[in-house]
Amino acid sequence: MTDHPLAAADDDPVPIRRGRALAPSRDGRPWTFYVLATLFTLYVIALYGPMVCIYILSFQDVRGGLVFPMRGTSLHWFVDLFTQVRTGDVKGAFSRSIRLAVVVTIITVVISFMSGLAFRKRFAGDSVVFYLMIGSLVAPGLVLGIGVGLICNVLGIETSWYTTALGAQLSWTLPFGVLVMFAVMSRLNNAWEEAARDLGASAWQTTFLVIIPILAPGLVAVALFGFTLSYDEFTRTLLTAGSLNTLPLEIWSMTLNVTSPSLYALGTVTTLISFVIIGVCLGTIARIQKRRAAGPAAH
Amino acid sequence: MESKAKGGRGSVGWLLILPLVLILVPFFIVPIIGVVAASFVQSDGFGGIIPSFTLDNYKGVFTSGLTYQLYWATLKFSVFAWFFSLLIGFWIAYFLVFHVRNPLLALGLFLICTVPFWTSNIIRMISWIPLLGKEGLINSALIETHVIDQPLDVLLFSSLAVVIAYVHQLTIFMIVPIFNSMARIDKRTIEAARDAGASRFEIVRFIALGSIFVVSIVMGDFFVVKVMSGGGSASVVGAFYEDIGVLQYPTAAASATILTIIVLLLVVAILRTVDIRKELTR
Repeated sequence: MTDHPLAAADDDPVPIRRGRALAPSRDGRPWTFYVLATLFTLYVIALYGPMVCIYILSFQDVRGGLVFPMRGTSLHWFVDLFTQVRTGDVKGAFSRSIRLAVVVTIITVVISFMSGLAFRKRFAGDSVVFYLMIGSLVAPGLVLGIGVGLICNVLGIETSWYTTALGAQLSWTLPFGVLVMFAVMSRLNNAWEEAARDLGASAWQTTFLVIIPILAPGLVAVALFGFTLSYDEFTRTLLTAGSLNTLPLEIWSMTLNVTSPSLYALGTVTTLISFVIIGVCLGTIARIQKRRAAGPAAH
Repeated sequence: MESKAKGGRGSVGWLLILPLVLILVPFFIVPIIGVVAASFVQSDGFGGIIPSFTLDNYKGVFTSGLTYQLYWATLKFSVFAWFFSLLIGFWIAYFLVFHVRNPLLALGLFLICTVPFWTSNIIRMISWIPLLGKEGLINSALIETHVIDQPLDVLLFSSLAVVIAYVHQLTIFMIVPIFNSMARIDKRTIEAARDAGASRFEIVRFIALGSIFVVSIVMGDFFVVKVMSGGGSASVVGAFYEDIGVLQYPTAAASATILTIIVLLLVVAILRTVDIRKELTR
């Protein structure tokens, strides 16, 4: 049963189509191109279409409901979101989530980088640490949350968003960060380091003047993962954040209680923040690559 | 000299890995041990626990017919989510690598697929409501074009809606590894590689990596099932979250322990098909 789709992916049509795709006739694309281009287009529509719907619906006026058609246009639900008591402490949740995400990002980048360096060579117990990391990645988030809650209860520690929730989020962002580091470091050529060492650079100099600049785009990518995974983290935070909500917890309670476009307005605002972060990170990576392509003088 | 250098490098490795271990021990190992320990104690019925060893919590879980229903439902969702995310993810990655000729365009289209992954899952889930609802876009469109007279109830607050939300969130976990492994294949040597069966085998190993994410996320989920099924379906995690709500910690802990063991076994089974670490660090 579980083998079936793998077997399907291995089926004969694949190489045949691939053969055609690779050797297209001179006067055009193979028919599979049009089929797959249609699939891709539909996928992108399904990916963004629903999100775009709630952005549009969040700009209705006071008569607005949860479905189309649009009833008027205004910023009513955005004002409502930040001023009404029944929607909770959205402002506070925003500020907590952003501060938490910044701290998680910094810790994730530093520790993932160090772990990535460590995993390049074998050390005693490396497999144990690796499987611990995979375990932390796949363990059900709520189970870890229950565990943290129980342990804190026994030890008499109070849970809060900046202590226990911070740790719980790191148990999720760090394995991700290290996996991204693996992908980044597999492209790191040892010759650069050896050259630096041959020229008399110390281990610190090699790390800070050679490895980090070379890996800079990858480190930005780790930061992007760290920030966004923390900013949107829900299951591990739910039972570990204590009495004050982070933003995803606020969104969750609104999902269950609020049936007005305020919920959509919150979705629009939080996604806008995510898009800004994604844009800044991808833009930084692109700028670094461009500067590199410009040649050694600019580098 | 040689061995001394090696020993030195080993301890540097440990210094570098120490911070990771210092996070994983208190926030992964200790909580898991805590949950397992709590599953063997008695509840006093008022939210407290009586510290005496008992297997009653497990007996309760294994003798309840509800448990098997929950696992059956969760397993079904996992298989559907896995199958459709693999099917769609494979062909999207295939299209980007082998059909888009301009590599910069391929990278741009790839990024278009990944951007939603970096936004809120809950928001992406509720954004299906204006589309799938009784008065949603799809129903109104179908009624206006006289395909149906009555709105379809099955679109929202149903198992179908749960699977749609999962596939919407998880296909990216298939696209990224498959895209990566396909992009590594030298297009000119495909013919030769096909004879050896090599390139296709490598893709299967990366599919295994994506499957780990999809299966473990669906097995650990409760909010997608809760919202998108409209209360019609339950999940394993959802059930013990309710137990926590009524302060039945030992019962919840027993369920949580069993679920964790099952998820870990599934992951080990997938890992056995491929040496993921070797694959990633190569």
